[in-house]
Amino acid sequence: MAPHTEQLTRPAVRLRGLTRSFGGRTVLDGIDLDLPAGQFTALLGHSGSGKSTLLRAVAGLDHGVAGSGQLSAPERVSVVFQDSRLLPWARVLDNVLLGTEGKDAKQRGRAALAEVGLGGRERTWPGELSGGEAQRAALARSLVREPELLLADEPFGALDALTRIRMHNLLRELWKRHRPSVLLVTHDVDEAIVLADRVLVLDRGRIGLDLTIDRPHPRSYREPVLGEYRERLLAALGVTEDHE
Amino acid sequence: MTTTTTAVVAPAAPELSQVRRRRRLSPGRRLPAARLAGPLAVLALWAVASAAGALDPGAIPAPWTVLRTAGHLWTDGTLPTDVLTSLRRAAYGFAIGLTAGVLLALVAGLSRAGEALIDGTVQLNRAIPTLGLIPLFILWLGIGETFKIAIIAIVVYIPIYLNTHAALSGIDTRFVELAEVQGLSRLAFVRRVVIPGALPGFFVGLRLGVTGSWLGLVVLEQINATSGLGYLMFQAQNYGQSDVILVGLLIYGVFGLISDSVVRLIERRVLSWRRTLSS
Repeated sequence: MAPHTEQLTRPAVRLRGLTRSFGGRTVLDGIDLDLPAGQFTALLGHSGSGKSTLLRAVAGLDHGVAGSGQLSAPERVSVVFQDSRLLPWARVLDNVLLGTEGKDAKQRGRAALAEVGLGGRERTWPGELSGGEAQRAALARSLVREPELLLADEPFGALDALTRIRMHNLLRELWKRHRPSVLLVTHDVDEAIVLADRVLVLDRGRIGLDLTIDRPHPRSYREPVLGEYRERLLAALGVTEDHE
Repeated sequence: MTTTTTAVVAPAAPELSQVRRRRRLSPGRRLPAARLAGPLAVLALWAVASAAGALDPGAIPAPWTVLRTAGHLWTDGTLPTDVLTSLRRAAYGFAIGLTAGVLLALVAGLSRAGEALIDGTVQLNRAIPTLGLIPLFILWLGIGETFKIAIIAIVVYIPIYLNTHAALSGIDTRFVELAEVQGLSRLAFVRRVVIPGALPGFFVGLRLGVTGSWLGLVVLEQINATSGLGYLMFQAQNYGQSDVILVGLLIYGVFGLISDSVVRLIERRVLSWRRTLSS
């Protein structure tokens, strides 16, 4: 028995004809998509291409948005937002445990904090954390629920370049250990290539490109092979790189 | 003097000037016991003016005369009961107003139906000067304790409602979304997100409410009372006892100051997470 391959055959997320529109403008136009369980997928698109709309639909956060289509997703879903979204009036551990109950909750919260490198900071106020630390705490909050699906909406967009690279490694490591399905929304082509095993490009409300990146991890930005992927993705995004 | 041995003839480097600290525009560090300094200065001025005979003892008696009168009134037995009566009125009215203000704000802030029913009504209530309701309340509730407590409760609940409700509606929608994602129950949402988020506004309302309860009390006791501090002062006015009036005013002032300090203290404790940013 190979539980992992068996998992991959079963889709974690299934979209059929998913349509969403805001004020008459169609943002998602009948999207069909399967995300296999345990896959790390990145979703690329211009700002305003509807990638956040797609993520919010999968997360069940699009109250009052007009739309149709079928959508199924696992029971345990976690979302990481661009801002860490820690409650300023709750200490770090209480933030991590928001919505988590049970006798061993504290134990699990501590373990999750240790996993993201924030062991010993349980009693800190969010206002005392740096941007990177706050985002780590947010990752711990999403992990402690042992999600089957992790949705991340440009989670590193507000971080500086050095912190971002460190967070990339952390996210990939956490994924390897816990194996949730990941849908990472980003506008950063390099981030998508370095992290994901499958990259989708959202273009005018549809999946314009569905690219499998079959390269071993950890990947470096400088790997020449990745350049080909980058060019294909940029072309799908309608951007041409200026070569001299 | 710096000596350079390089032969390159560089254009004369602009002289580096010593960094001078910028002029500080914030008021700087807090003085110790700053909140007591002003009242103490007033007290000192009063004592000095009385001792120098610059004040008419009939209009403004000396501080020691006031203290002596307070001692007399206390041992006479009338002052303790008057103080207790006043305290009880303020406490009852305050407790009812506090509960009503918080509950109404929660209902109005958490449900659209509640908002539609409550918010407009409270705004209307606010537009009516509460002390103007006194005659009507006397007709309805009689001239006993009930109407006094009712008026104080109204004076208290309005600022508590307004500030708490404003804070509730001002809670960041991002946190609401987070609570949804984390699968919080409605109760847990109120406990973990709504109430802590509204606390800063609630405390603003609480401090206004505390002051309001004393204000209401003074007016009520001077117009329609047969006991209490205000009644004591009203009687003293008839007999021209300015020292007794000052005793009453002093007690009101001390009560006001103490209750405000208590609220501040609680606020500092409860909102300690904010200090990390402001200190």
